[in-house]
Amino acid sequence: MSFKIIGTGRALPQKAVSNDELSAFLDTSDEWITSHTGVKNRYVCTEESLTDLCESAAKKALLRSGLRAEEIDLVLCSTMGGDFITPSLACAAAERLGLSCPAFDLNAACSGFLYALDVAAAYLSCGRAKNILILSAEMMSKHVDWSDRATCVLFGDGAGACVVTAGTALQYLRLTAEGDTAILFREDGNGNSPFREKKERGFVKMQGQGVFKFAVRMIETQTKAALESLSLTADDIDYYLLHQANKQILDFAREKLGQPEEKFPSNIHRYGNVSSASVPILLDELFEKGNIQKGTKLLMSAFGAGLTAGTCVMSWE
Amino acid sequence: MLERIAKVINNYLETERPITQETTFAELELDSLDMVELVMNLEEEFGVNIEMDESLKTVGDLMTLLQKA
Repeated sequence: MSFKIIGTGRALPQKAVSNDELSAFLDTSDEWITSHTGVKNRYVCTEESLTDLCESAAKKALLRSGLRAEEIDLVLCSTMGGDFITPSLACAAAERLGLSCPAFDLNAACSGFLYALDVAAAYLSCGRAKNILILSAEMMSKHVDWSDRATCVLFGDGAGACVVTAGTALQYLRLTAEGDTAILFREDGNGNSPFREKKERGFVKMQGQGVFKFAVRMIETQTKAALESLSLTADDIDYYLLHQANKQILDFAREKLGQPEEKFPSNIHRYGNVSSASVPILLDELFEKGNIQKGTKLLMSAFGAGLTAGTCVMSWE
Repeated sequence: MLERIAKVINNYLETERPITQETTFAELELDSLDMVELVMNLEEEFGVNIEMDESLKTVGDLMTLLQKA
């Protein structure tokens, strides 16, 4: 039940928003945001739709994969919400790419990319698909409350893509979900149903301390479990691609694993937390820099609302 | 117990300052996420699981919480 990634891509909106731009309308500062979160800049959709970002990221990934779009036989999209409630973002992206293969979304919040990899592995192993396009795309700017300085400064918009096919690169992949709707959530509204109490859709809410503790614990325990199961040590991993939620989480987790900073590529200062798109964007950047070659060992780990988490180890093929 | 807590705090802060039950986290300049890191280090030191409590103000509060854990 393994696979390899044969192409990656990413797309960010045009508009960059600096911390200074936020402190113009929020009671916060570049100094506070940078020192507490590591975020200096994020990209936010203005004219672009998520479908636009998906199309652009997908085309890059397809080009690198050497496959033609029509060779894709499953489009899998992780998102907390596409441009439409229905149809799915995967279908909207498939329309742009001229595809008529099965396409669907899955929502595992910030862990979505790891969940999508797991579904891809299952489809490949049972022969239901040969070449899978995974899209992880998030427009966090529509989920957060722009008057809440504790949350809106953390997030950004963007999309990551990868093309997955049969191979032996994937060595380990485990997912978890704890079933917790209190620590991190966005509540839906009731529309205009005359049969339920009127309730507007809410914004992202989170208990920072609870999320922090969960995140560090998950990265630490899941990484140790992965390494143990493969009879590897932390030193054997070339790069740790962790969900970019907060620099303090990344630093603390890295200290717990006792590994040097250069093994932890990071882009949170440029993009903020892009939810499930965070890890595939990081992967694409690392690949573009030429840091990934055959045999490069990658550990990817993400955590998010749910509370979900997932960790995988790949030896690049 | 205070001695062990003080050691964990000083290790975390990379200082050697005197810590009493009355020492507040505000004077140690620890923000809410620093508090989680500190609590997780204490969990490791004492082998217990501590529920995060946003009302923690002093080292004494933390001691009470650890004694209950």
